[in-house]
Amino acid sequence: MATDLATVASPPPATPVERFRLHPRPNSGTGLRWLNDLREAGLDRFGRLGFPPARSEAWKYTSLRALETLPLEPVAASDRLIAPSAYAPLPLPPELNRSRLVFVDGVFDPAQSRTAALPAGVVLAPLRQVLAERSDLAEAHLGRIAEGEGQAFISLNTAFVDDGAVLHIPDGVDLETPVELVFVGHAGDRPLVWHPRILVVAGAGSRATVIEHHAGVGGASYLANGVTELALGRGARLNHYRAQRESLQAHHMAMVTAHLAQDAYYDNFVLSEGAKLSRNQIHCVLNGSGVTCRINGAYMVRGRQHCDTATFIDHAYPHCASREVYKGAIDNQARAVFQGKIMVRPDAQKTDGYQLNRALLLSEHAEIDSKPELEIYADDVKCSHGATAGDLDADCLFYLMARGIDRDSARGLLIGAFLNEAVDEMEHEAARDGFRTLVADWLKGR
Amino acid sequence: MLEIRNLHVSVDDKPILKGLDLTINAGEVHAIMGPNGSGKSTLSYVLAGRDGYEVTDGTITFDEADLLAMEPHERAAEGVFLAFQYPVEIPGVSNSSFLRTAVNAVRKHRGDKELDAMEFLKLIRAKAKQLGMSDDMMRRAVNVGFSGGEKKRNEILQMAVLGPRLAILDETDSGLDIDALKIVADGVNALRAPNRAMLVITHYQRLLNHIVPDHVHVLAHGRIQRSGGRELAEHLEANGYADFGSAEAA
Repeated sequence: MATDLATVASPPPATPVERFRLHPRPNSGTGLRWLNDLREAGLDRFGRLGFPPARSEAWKYTSLRALETLPLEPVAASDRLIAPSAYAPLPLPPELNRSRLVFVDGVFDPAQSRTAALPAGVVLAPLRQVLAERSDLAEAHLGRIAEGEGQAFISLNTAFVDDGAVLHIPDGVDLETPVELVFVGHAGDRPLVWHPRILVVAGAGSRATVIEHHAGVGGASYLANGVTELALGRGARLNHYRAQRESLQAHHMAMVTAHLAQDAYYDNFVLSEGAKLSRNQIHCVLNGSGVTCRINGAYMVRGRQHCDTATFIDHAYPHCASREVYKGAIDNQARAVFQGKIMVRPDAQKTDGYQLNRALLLSEHAEIDSKPELEIYADDVKCSHGATAGDLDADCLFYLMARGIDRDSARGLLIGAFLNEAVDEMEHEAARDGFRTLVADWLKGR
Repeated sequence: MLEIRNLHVSVDDKPILKGLDLTINAGEVHAIMGPNGSGKSTLSYVLAGRDGYEVTDGTITFDEADLLAMEPHERAAEGVFLAFQYPVEIPGVSNSSFLRTAVNAVRKHRGDKELDAMEFLKLIRAKAKQLGMSDDMMRRAVNVGFSGGEKKRNEILQMAVLGPRLAILDETDSGLDIDALKIVADGVNALRAPNRAMLVITHYQRLLNHIVPDHVHVLAHGRIQRSGGRELAEHLEANGYADFGSAEAA
């Protein structure tokens, strides 16, 4: 029993699995048997998996050894009493921020949130509230989209699933103003862990824009172990953007699974600039024909940051298109990983797949490990991929300098242009402008 | 204004310029002609400060200052402008924001107030129009998708906006048809001024019919072989570079 261990002077548990078994079970959704079963199954799976070992293919280039030894603790009630420090908001025009849910160290903060002016029938609420008031909504989707099998962090999240954001859009509803989901990490004197869950169910023909903002305050070390589940109905259109600006000592896991029904249109963009170690994992399942799946992103890392992007696009039906453009700037001794897999199953004829990963290595110690992977079982498809890594173009640099622009500014201009080619893939114009500002701000901090 | 003395330059340890002397005064237009491989482009890059061009001997002074001690952007700010033979394409940087960044960098260096977007627009609008450059060309990425002629016009626009003291035109005629050549030459001639000097580097005499030089120099084997007036260019047009020990005829 956990309580016994806390009072008896026994050696601390050696493995993450043992330590997590001691974490208190969440108390949201009390009495929901399906939820209890879900958590137990998650803990059981995580207990069998543990943190991904160094030899696993999916984590080949990202070591979790340091994270494994971190004595992570769950967020306690006393932590919640700490007044949430102000986070730097995203540079978005005010009219974009109409609806916002804010979570501090994984816990919903009603004081900073607002959900005004939503169309009738739309549910935008913290998961705890949904579990209490509309558990049917959660039951229909929670844990049914994100695949826990072989996925330690998804299983771990499921084991402790407690709070997070739920967005449910009825068929045909156009959510004109974006929804902002803010996750502030500001853990204090010891390494904490939380497991936020995002669930977005977009009804047939609905339209919405969701902007996630993960902001770290101060230099605290923590693990934000997030899982996102998305279900897009027939012809639904979702813009889904994330700005990852965690504390530079933080560990950030973002495991996204999207189920895309026939004719759905999914525009995803991830900007990664924070965290000591981050994993941006996206798994898109194309569950019908006529789907457009766009997953693009930019990463900018320096110091000793480690930024891992792992994507998997699963084409199972004909006449679908997927596009993926990732660009990164890696400075100092930072390291980035890109593993992009595209699967084209036998029935997925006329698939149009495109993937590009380009990395700028801004110092001789910067490193990129890039592994594109195409697995094609259909014979009438158009698929291409490319990966490049290198320094800035010397001719461009000289040209700018020959016009009076100093070396540092010229480099900044070129790095910004390089990254913005990916940012420009974002289809929501105002959000795109905001993300371009984030790129410019990062460059100023060089 | 510009004094080049006994200039020796190597590229990849191979000597290209071997004791070049040249003096250019304010208000003058000089042409340097020479066969391929004589070191014409090397001279233009050394003046602009490109990496990889090693000065092994000699001096270059510009307005009494040591030009070789300056970084490329400092030379530009001091008033040296190189119109590139092959202007570089810069994806993702719009032509107008590039130009504004450059203008403001140079203004800042000179102690002038930086221009805001409106002031800048006013400055370039008339000049762009003179060169037949559309608003669309200003919005597009620097030189990306520009034709050869558009790229050269863009060079002249930059020159007009930056207002250099010494303009170096490296093979500005290459790749231009006669109409484009005239537009470019008109743009250059409009910039002739008593306080401004120009160095026109070309293989052919054709450009010099449009930009008429005060002095013509023949560069071969890494040195100035002969200097004269514009009649020297006509002589070269008739006789080629054979007199200067080159196998190649113009």
